Amino acid sequence: MSSTSQNKISFNLLFWLAVFVLCLFCLAPVLWQVLTSFKVNEDIAAIPNIYIPTRLTLDHYIELFTRKPFLRYLLNSTFVSLVSTILCLSIGTPAAYAIARLRPLGGNLIQLGVLLVTLFPSILLLQGLLEIVQFFQLGNNYLALIIPYTAMNLPLTILVMRSFFAQLPKELEDAAKVDGYNTWQLLVQILMPLTLPALVTTGILTFIAAWNEFIFALTFITEETMKTIPVASAQLGSASVFEIPYGPIAAATVVGTIPLVILVLFFQRQIVQGLTAGAVKG
Amino acid sequence: MAKLQLIHLNKTFSPSVVPVKDINLTVDDGEFLSLLGPSGCGKSTILRMIAGLEEPTRGQVLIDDRDVTQLKPGDRNIAMVFQSYALYPHMSVYQNLSAGLKLKKVPKDESDRRIQTVSRILGLEDLMQRKPGQLSGGQRQRVAVGRALVRNPDVFLLDEPLSNLDALLRENVRADLKQIFAAQSVPVVYVTHDQTEAMTLSTKVAVLNDGYLQQLDTPDRIYNHPANQFVASFVGSPRMNLIPVPCQTGQALLGTCKIPLPTRAKTQPQIMLGIRPEHLQLAQPTDQYTLQGQVVLVENLGMYKLSSIRTMSNQGLPIVLRSLLPPTEDWLNQTITLAISPNSLHWFDVQSGETFT
Repeated sequence: MSSTSQNKISFNLLFWLAVFVLCLFCLAPVLWQVLTSFKVNEDIAAIPNIYIPTRLTLDHYIELFTRKPFLRYLLNSTFVSLVSTILCLSIGTPAAYAIARLRPLGGNLIQLGVLLVTLFPSILLLQGLLEIVQFFQLGNNYLALIIPYTAMNLPLTILVMRSFFAQLPKELEDAAKVDGYNTWQLLVQILMPLTLPALVTTGILTFIAAWNEFIFALTFITEETMKTIPVASAQLGSASVFEIPYGPIAAATVVGTIPLVILVLFFQRQIVQGLTAGAVKG
Repeated sequence: MAKLQLIHLNKTFSPSVVPVKDINLTVDDGEFLSLLGPSGCGKSTILRMIAGLEEPTRGQVLIDDRDVTQLKPGDRNIAMVFQSYALYPHMSVYQNLSAGLKLKKVPKDESDRRIQTVSRILGLEDLMQRKPGQLSGGQRQRVAVGRALVRNPDVFLLDEPLSNLDALLRENVRADLKQIFAAQSVPVVYVTHDQTEAMTLSTKVAVLNDGYLQQLDTPDRIYNHPANQFVASFVGSPRMNLIPVPCQTGQALLGTCKIPLPTRAKTQPQIMLGIRPEHLQLAQPTDQYTLQGQVVLVENLGMYKLSSIRTMSNQGLPIVLRSLLPPTEDWLNQTITLAISPNSLHWFDVQSGETFT
């Protein structure tokens, strides 16, 4: 065996070792939760720690769906996230196009303003938003979540879509205008199909942000049947003073994450395209 | 059947940026007009104003005596071919061709009939279901031309449609374009910076510089009777020799050679003399006006050898003239005698650059 091929093998070995270590480092907490959710209660409490369970159980999952309305929470989260994502895209995309191409008066200022909004930590807005929610009597109403989620994610949508529109060739729009498309038809029939990867990417980022949001959902929604997954999962622990139900909490985490994993896997190709768009001229 | 007219067309971006200054033009049915000029001369802006993609600051665009200046591009019944082709990337060739017709609510059988005719002319029949990404540069270009043809427009506008093709393909497509547009009896406006395209394709050429129309004429007249020094130096490759020469008693003094001035310029103290390289030839014993010089540089063009010849002005300063010499000899460093035929000379005013002939 020559030394070069030996080098190649040891390089490959090192490479995959590095990949493994990195994955373990990132995914260990997730793995720990997944494993915990399948352990029986004795194993969870056992000292020394049992890392790989020998006795598997689905009890924690069954408990979630029988003793608590977890399906309801899932639907709540899905509804709120989906509606705010759709609102975000349908408001943000025309806005982004307007800033990128129609060159409104003060377009740069608007863009700067949009950028500034992203700098606010959402926790600082809580107090003010609570006042607003009370004033409009939106407490325990899905709108109390949908409106702020849409508002918080609009800057991201506008910025990403704007840069995507800006890199589309201008002549394409000129050609469409000569062909007789009006601005709205141009946006919907020519530009949107071309920006699909960017739409999917920003849509998913918005959906994830809305799905995982905790503090607004905790504050504005107190009605049990309207709670979202993050709040419901967190409140599993406060149900009893005497024990922390590690098993159900772990199961809730897994249940709350699975929809996101499925979503991302389903749109994976588009996301990769969307994130690298503009880097290389197609 | 239509006629395109531009009346006092002007585009001002800011007081210092005025790409188009008072352009008046008429293009009749079946006429092929090229807008020729260096980059930044305003030719693309004129085309975009005809298309309605830019609004003129002043002036009017008339199509068939109808004022379309305020109409949207889609309502003008024009078709445009873009430099980058601008095909819709997510649509098949068929959809690209039919998109404009669908918007104009042309019945499907009529639109299919037109698409079929055009695709036969352009050889696109086998490509109908492909996306632009799966086509070569030449095929994309043909689809772009096809998209314009199916529209049956009142005016065709072409914005440097050949500049993205490689040199060999460009020559073929140029010939094809000439045939295709000769068959369409509507005005065609073609923007190019390539003088060969302008000369070969057009029935009329408008040479533009700095936003002004320099000359509007047939390709033949543009080449043989340039209206001013700019047109003379811009059109023709290799470029025309332009030499400022002093005059005495109605004669221009080019070195030892005394050439009679045209009647309108008899009293000029100095004049700009223009000679195309192909009109400077090796002297025969019978030639009356001759000039001696030494070849200092030879560029082989295959058909000719483009040679730079150094000679002396009558004040003893060096002058370099370029001439096309036969390729049979290596001319470098030889001393040769060139003949000047007074009929093929161009005379321009030193200050204004206007022609005297």
